[in-house]
Amino acid sequence: MMKINKEKMLEKKGYRLHILPSKKYKTINIVAKFKSDLKKEWMTKRALLPMVLQKATQNHPGPRQLQSALENLYGTILSSDGTKKGENHVISFRMEVANEAYLNDQTPLLEEALRIFHDVLFNPKIENGAFDEKIFNREKQTLEQKITSIKDDKMSYANMRLIDNMCKEEPYSYHVHGYPEDLNKLTAADLYEYYQSFIKNDLLDVYVIGDFDESGTERLMDKYFTRESSNDTTISNSSTVPKVEESQEIIEEDELNQGKLHMGFRTHTTFGDNDYYALQIFNGLFGGFPSSKLFMNVREKHSLAYYAASRFESHKGLLLVFSGIAPTDYDQAKTIILEQVEAMRKGEFSEEEVEQTKELVINQLLETMDSAQGLIEILYHQVLSGHMIEAEELVNNIRYVTKQNVVDMAAKIELDTIYFLTSKGGEQ
Amino acid sequence: MKELVYNQLKEKIYTETLDNGLKVFLLSKPDMVKTFGIFATDYGSIDQTFTPIGKSETVTVPEGIAHFLEHKLFEKEDRDVFQDFTRQGASANAFTSFTKTAYLFSATSNIEKNLETLLDFVQDPFFSDQSVEKEKGIIAQEIKMYDDQPDWRAFFGTIQSLFHDHPVRVDIAGTVESIEEITKEDLYTCYETFYHPSNMTLFIAGNFNPEDMMKQIKDNQNSKEFANTPSIQRSYPEEPETVAKSYEKIEMPVTTSKCMIGIKEKVAGLSGKELLKAELLSSMILSHYFSKSGEFYEELYENDLIDDSFHYETDLDRQFGFTILGGDSRKPDELAERVKEMLHQLKEREIAAEDFDRMKKKKIGQFLRAMNSMEFIANQFSHYHLLGIDLFEVLPEIESLTTKDANEFLKDWINEERIAVFQVIPQQAG
Repeated sequence: MMKINKEKMLEKKGYRLHILPSKKYKTINIVAKFKSDLKKEWMTKRALLPMVLQKATQNHPGPRQLQSALENLYGTILSSDGTKKGENHVISFRMEVANEAYLNDQTPLLEEALRIFHDVLFNPKIENGAFDEKIFNREKQTLEQKITSIKDDKMSYANMRLIDNMCKEEPYSYHVHGYPEDLNKLTAADLYEYYQSFIKNDLLDVYVIGDFDESGTERLMDKYFTRESSNDTTISNSSTVPKVEESQEIIEEDELNQGKLHMGFRTHTTFGDNDYYALQIFNGLFGGFPSSKLFMNVREKHSLAYYAASRFESHKGLLLVFSGIAPTDYDQAKTIILEQVEAMRKGEFSEEEVEQTKELVINQLLETMDSAQGLIEILYHQVLSGHMIEAEELVNNIRYVTKQNVVDMAAKIELDTIYFLTSKGGEQ
Repeated sequence: MKELVYNQLKEKIYTETLDNGLKVFLLSKPDMVKTFGIFATDYGSIDQTFTPIGKSETVTVPEGIAHFLEHKLFEKEDRDVFQDFTRQGASANAFTSFTKTAYLFSATSNIEKNLETLLDFVQDPFFSDQSVEKEKGIIAQEIKMYDDQPDWRAFFGTIQSLFHDHPVRVDIAGTVESIEEITKEDLYTCYETFYHPSNMTLFIAGNFNPEDMMKQIKDNQNSKEFANTPSIQRSYPEEPETVAKSYEKIEMPVTTSKCMIGIKEKVAGLSGKELLKAELLSSMILSHYFSKSGEFYEELYENDLIDDSFHYETDLDRQFGFTILGGDSRKPDELAERVKEMLHQLKEREIAAEDFDRMKKKKIGQFLRAMNSMEFIANQFSHYHLLGIDLFEVLPEIESLTTKDANEFLKDWINEERIAVFQVIPQQAG
């Protein structure tokens, strides 16, 4: 009944290749993930680097040339981003190319696309030991703009401020877009210098997924994808999680109509831990679904919010609650949310609800695996944690969770920080 | 049950119009784990003035009522339908657009049960004074959430500048004041008028046996009584071809300005293939000049008039059509002027065959990519169906477009009177 794609993992020169043949898609997805530790002095460089790399290569001297080449390959999409995963920084380059089987055309699309993909990563446009000055300066401006605009999206801004306060002493608080003071002094030569160490030292995993012949694809990868360095696969995941001494409450003011109430908890559980599955069920009962306690109480029972939900960070051990409420409803909303945590601790949910939540979590997991990008993200969890768990085992482990496991998880979860972004003039 | 076979896409759709008028489409995707269903009615935020079933006079209902009704269908006398889906391991959702209200579920197990729940909850309304009052607080917070989002304000502000009287200019959720007026009687009036099966489509994609599923749907529908209904009388105001306001700006607490350029599209008399052709051509032309490979994009980007947030979209419907392009800008006035000049220049331009060929390839690739998503297929199929377009015929339609089509379209596209500029600028001190 369950159709879960099995990945084939191969050690290649300088990277790990994950091949997943699947008949589900009419396109082929290629994702390269570069992983390093989180270091404050790297944040700005790692934010800017993918932006610069995807603008030009030695063979495609400017963004227009590069984009035209991609368009000629049936609108092949190239994108990149940088994210924090626990105490790691991951830069992903993604390419999606149409499968030749659906076209009245003989171009070897995948091969051409891989050639460009390789160029973007390993053959950037360099002049005199630095990135192209014009491209570098323009991207620098764009990043500066991104950093100043964070405040315009109140939900992400409130989330950033919560993490700033909550994880003050931990690398996880570093900003993923970097810092204006670091950006100002960065030169095209500095960034190229960093690129050389990045391309050599980051841990690289490459995923290829689509409806193709496995050995043919492996041959293509061997032809176009080699890296002149070793892939050090040791996991240096020394996430330091402080025990919460006393929770803090922070209120800040801004120009807004709707207050943003965000709360951060420590779960002391990450992917690969035995009780990770109980955390998934805890989150499902508490705030992950429209049937959860947060939605039912904050929204349905008290009409205080349109959204009230929770999610967890799998590699850092955080549980985050977020809700948009009227500034005057702060105390009431806060009380109701904390009451729901208490209810979870007291086990105020039925065995039946536990069983239903398991089905929901499994359903969500299987649905995510129907999407190529979703599946790759799930598989990459294993790389990040160093725990190899088959997809089927993930599903089975969710099935084994008991009500007591969830209550135990609730007892482990500690409130760390309450953050409220409210309108000018405070709670009134 | 009819079978529609699409060889190039390797897809097959089973379809039937049931006795009560409901149009059913089933797309079997045996490689997928998930099944996705969407039950949609041809009723959205623009359907504000109409003749209620059994009445002779037209009425105008409060703004935001279609969306309000969507929220309230989930609540029954004794329970919340979300919980039913939860019990059956499914996730459910709904949305209201200008022209449609849609209810959806996705599940990897209990497909029959979940389908039954979808059909039954949409076809069995329960509205009470108390539950209507309760919803007002929730929707007020939804409206306020959007009020704080500068991108949403910029998008909607542009639409309000483009249209004089057409209700497309009304916010889909209404306003805090307008939803205050909504009563349970209003909800029943709208429900009875617009939720008759003959005004609805059901599209299901996923891993199932089409014969069994069609039988289940028929049995379900045959067990319910629906009054015979005359066709729905909807009324829309006359809308001039020109824009309502060629320039408008608002202040918001943003750090970077936003500047949008809207084009009011001519849709009068267009339907089916003509509408699709216009939609494809405008998006391909925009992509030629304003996507990252375009010469206009390059100039705007290099001169720091735009950044990564620059985007464009075209939405053509039976009643209205618009194209909007823009994004964050440090020089919003210069951007507005320059983009307007560029748009005016298009009349004089010719797209080369080689470039148009590239745009076609790009569009084909984009279409195939979208076809990976069952949500896209189900949503877009239902949307196109109302417009008389078959989603699975889009691929041959793109392939048949010629450079000549594009160049003819260019000549007649842009007109000063159909352009509006809308800006969101940082709040001035004091």
